[in-house]
Amino acid sequence: MPIKSYIAFPQANKKTQLIKVLESTTHCEVTPSINKDVLVLVTDTENDQQEEELQRVLDNIEELEHLNLVSGFSDNASIEKRKSNQ
Amino acid sequence: MMNRRNFLKKAAAASAMAAAATMIPGILFASDQVDEKLSGNISWTKAPCRFCGVGCGILVGTQNGKAVAVKGDPNSSVNKGLLCVKGYHQIMCTSSADRLTKPLVKKNGKYVETSMEEALDFVASKMKETIEKHGKDSVAMYTSGQSTIPEGYVASKFMKGAIGTNNLDCNARLCMASAVAGFLTTFGADEPMGCYEDIEHANVFVLWGNNMAEMHPVLFSRMLDNRLTRKNVKIIDLATRTTRTSKAADKSILFTPQGDLAIANAICYEIINSGWANQSFIEKHTVFSKGKTNIGYGTEDKFAFKDQAEPIDFEQYKTFLEDYRPDKVEALTGVSAKDIKYLASLYGDPNLKVVSYWCMGMNQHTRGTWINNLVYNIHLLTGKISQPGNGPFSLTGQPSACGTAREVGTFTHKLPKGVVTNKENRELAAKIWKVPYENIPDKPTYHATEMFRAVDRGDIKFIWTQVTNPLVSLPKTSRYRPAMEKESCFVVVSDVFPTPTSDVADVILPAAWHVEKSGMYGNSERRTQYWDQMVEAPGEAMPDAWMTIEIAKRMGYGDLFPYSKENHHEEIYNEYRQFHVGKKHNMAPLEVLKKESGAIWPYIEETGKSTQWRFNSKYDPACNQEKEFDFYGKPNGKAIIWQRPYEPAPEMPDNEYPFWLNTGRVIEHWHTGSMTRRIPVLHQAVPNAYVELHPDDAKQMGIRNKENVKVISRRGTTVLPASINERGMPTKGQVFVPFFDESMMINDVTLDAFCPISKEPDYKKCAVRIEKA
Repeated sequence: MPIKSYIAFPQANKKTQLIKVLESTTHCEVTPSINKDVLVLVTDTENDQQEEELQRVLDNIEELEHLNLVSGFSDNASIEKRKSNQ
Repeated sequence: MMNRRNFLKKAAAASAMAAAATMIPGILFASDQVDEKLSGNISWTKAPCRFCGVGCGILVGTQNGKAVAVKGDPNSSVNKGLLCVKGYHQIMCTSSADRLTKPLVKKNGKYVETSMEEALDFVASKMKETIEKHGKDSVAMYTSGQSTIPEGYVASKFMKGAIGTNNLDCNARLCMASAVAGFLTTFGADEPMGCYEDIEHANVFVLWGNNMAEMHPVLFSRMLDNRLTRKNVKIIDLATRTTRTSKAADKSILFTPQGDLAIANAICYEIINSGWANQSFIEKHTVFSKGKTNIGYGTEDKFAFKDQAEPIDFEQYKTFLEDYRPDKVEALTGVSAKDIKYLASLYGDPNLKVVSYWCMGMNQHTRGTWINNLVYNIHLLTGKISQPGNGPFSLTGQPSACGTAREVGTFTHKLPKGVVTNKENRELAAKIWKVPYENIPDKPTYHATEMFRAVDRGDIKFIWTQVTNPLVSLPKTSRYRPAMEKESCFVVVSDVFPTPTSDVADVILPAAWHVEKSGMYGNSERRTQYWDQMVEAPGEAMPDAWMTIEIAKRMGYGDLFPYSKENHHEEIYNEYRQFHVGKKHNMAPLEVLKKESGAIWPYIEETGKSTQWRFNSKYDPACNQEKEFDFYGKPNGKAIIWQRPYEPAPEMPDNEYPFWLNTGRVIEHWHTGSMTRRIPVLHQAVPNAYVELHPDDAKQMGIRNKENVKVISRRGTTVLPASINERGMPTKGQVFVPFFDESMMINDVTLDAFCPISKEPDYKKCAVRIEKA
């Protein structure tokens, strides 16, 4: 099930608060930059339901300006591209 | 002990940190955090990136026999530790569930798994039988700018030296042939004279139809970084469409498709008439010539053209340029005289260092050789060439378009050194290959487009494609797909994944991917890079070079291919190096390539140094040291300033088909998408192709964003969702479609017209109409 990493941008002057919120959010690990208002967020969910729930939680964090998805790993990683084309 | 899941989390965090570093120069994470993320029982090995022609250095992390992570190589001078989004995720495609691992042979319309031995026996017998029945020119190989140097070399030796046919061409014909023809006609020697370090010296970057922010993102990041840290650095985007590059540039100048020919001539007019020409450089280092005009477009089968150079003088050239006074070309180019004069002033200012960059915009052009010549003219008139920060620089699209297609020479007309029409070049090849001189035919046969036309006509009865997907990438696939389905041609496809090309194959041979084999690539700046095999290929997949060798052995040419399975890549490279012995193209020894993150040829063994700027005696020992510059590709040491006019595109918008169609790529996908669409994060980012429309055109036709529309040409139709005001915006009267999506085949729509000199097709200009689906 998916492990994703993001670059997270806080709202102005909300970096510290955003770190606290994300650290207390299930399935989230945070690595803040030491000199810029940017965090690296890694999420680790067990199934699609958890992933959808987490996305809803992230969407509603006020201190978060936006997230850039960088990578997505899955233990069953395979894009069934040709299947999706049919 | 780190389990797989923890490892993936650390790799994901490391990727995000590295990506943040590319977006936000100077960003820091606590070193203990970084170390912790990157630690674990992982072994890191260097390689060049699998994807584009920039040739970034990567470090591949392997653990328990699997490739598990990729990061930028900080020791690589190409990318200095940076990578783009494709680079970071490249290894993820290898675990795709539909990976080809066993040979498949079509029997009674169905694919049946066989052993590799059996499949190779079958392919060799079919090839031999075809030659016996129909002659050696009835068989062909079509390879790639993504083939490794050893793969390209054995393909050339097999076809030209052993079998004795020039029926070998490659997909670099579709992307770099105009650059090659441009270099050869102007300088007599292929490939750029400068290197990426030019970025740290130049004041002005003029991008000619080159969306570097998406296609060469790491070089573009270096450029942006320089603009941030140095004074007086400008980026000028000269293009037919507004892109991410335009938005980051200091100035965006939009021109009408095909107008670049007139713009370049107008810049030269302005340089000369403003007194900015470097007369001393021109007199010492250049001569003037003109070639044939009204040279055609190659849309008919068996089209033939040979250019003829005629010397002219400076005054005649000046007279020719009178037709290109900036105000005279405004209507033709869509560019104001003011903007043309501005561009000329940048090139003409002796205090500014200027680099011109281009890629497919100039190369995929029915006058591709001409527009390459014309941009060289600008640099030759001003003497801004072959110096740090000054020079014309054609970027390549594929990772070894230079190293394999151009240097090894996997084109029909080429040999590892020189061309098939040259007796001395054939003699050298025959000597090194240990074949009779008479084996190598002295005439080229089929370039890419004509090769597939020959399949359609039934002239080619056996074709083997390696490392490429022509039934997505060729122009006018609406003709060439049915051609490849005909029973008159036996089709063999070697690939890592199933593709629309393998769908029509009689035999599919599973190939090893990048780090599952050893090899070398050569990038845009003449840098050759080596990598070691890091993991085993799955099932019976094997390196393409070894497949060629096995077929050659089965056809009775074993004596010519005495390489060992374990070490063939090294043995082949050492044999290949013999072709380039000498000061002008010496390749670095293998030991150097193993140790360093590549070396730029000509490599100077006495000093252990790369030659960064060719043709300048200060940097290049191959020059006549009595001259400051020596364009030694030409017998007189002088480059040619070519008189080349504007000529229209073969198909222009009209009442029935009122839009220009331009095609290209997106940052997330590599060419036909066979790898990147199997990488979940990239596929999810851009899951399908689309057609970009100008908002005014969309409004006029009542088309809303995401609504399906038909793109229709005289060749075919495809249906795609509309994209309005999203990633890019074409000019009014133009649409743009990326070509990576095999389910939305835009190349069914494109035209197979090509440059008569380079034979490279034009994917950037044909006429279409748009209808709601």
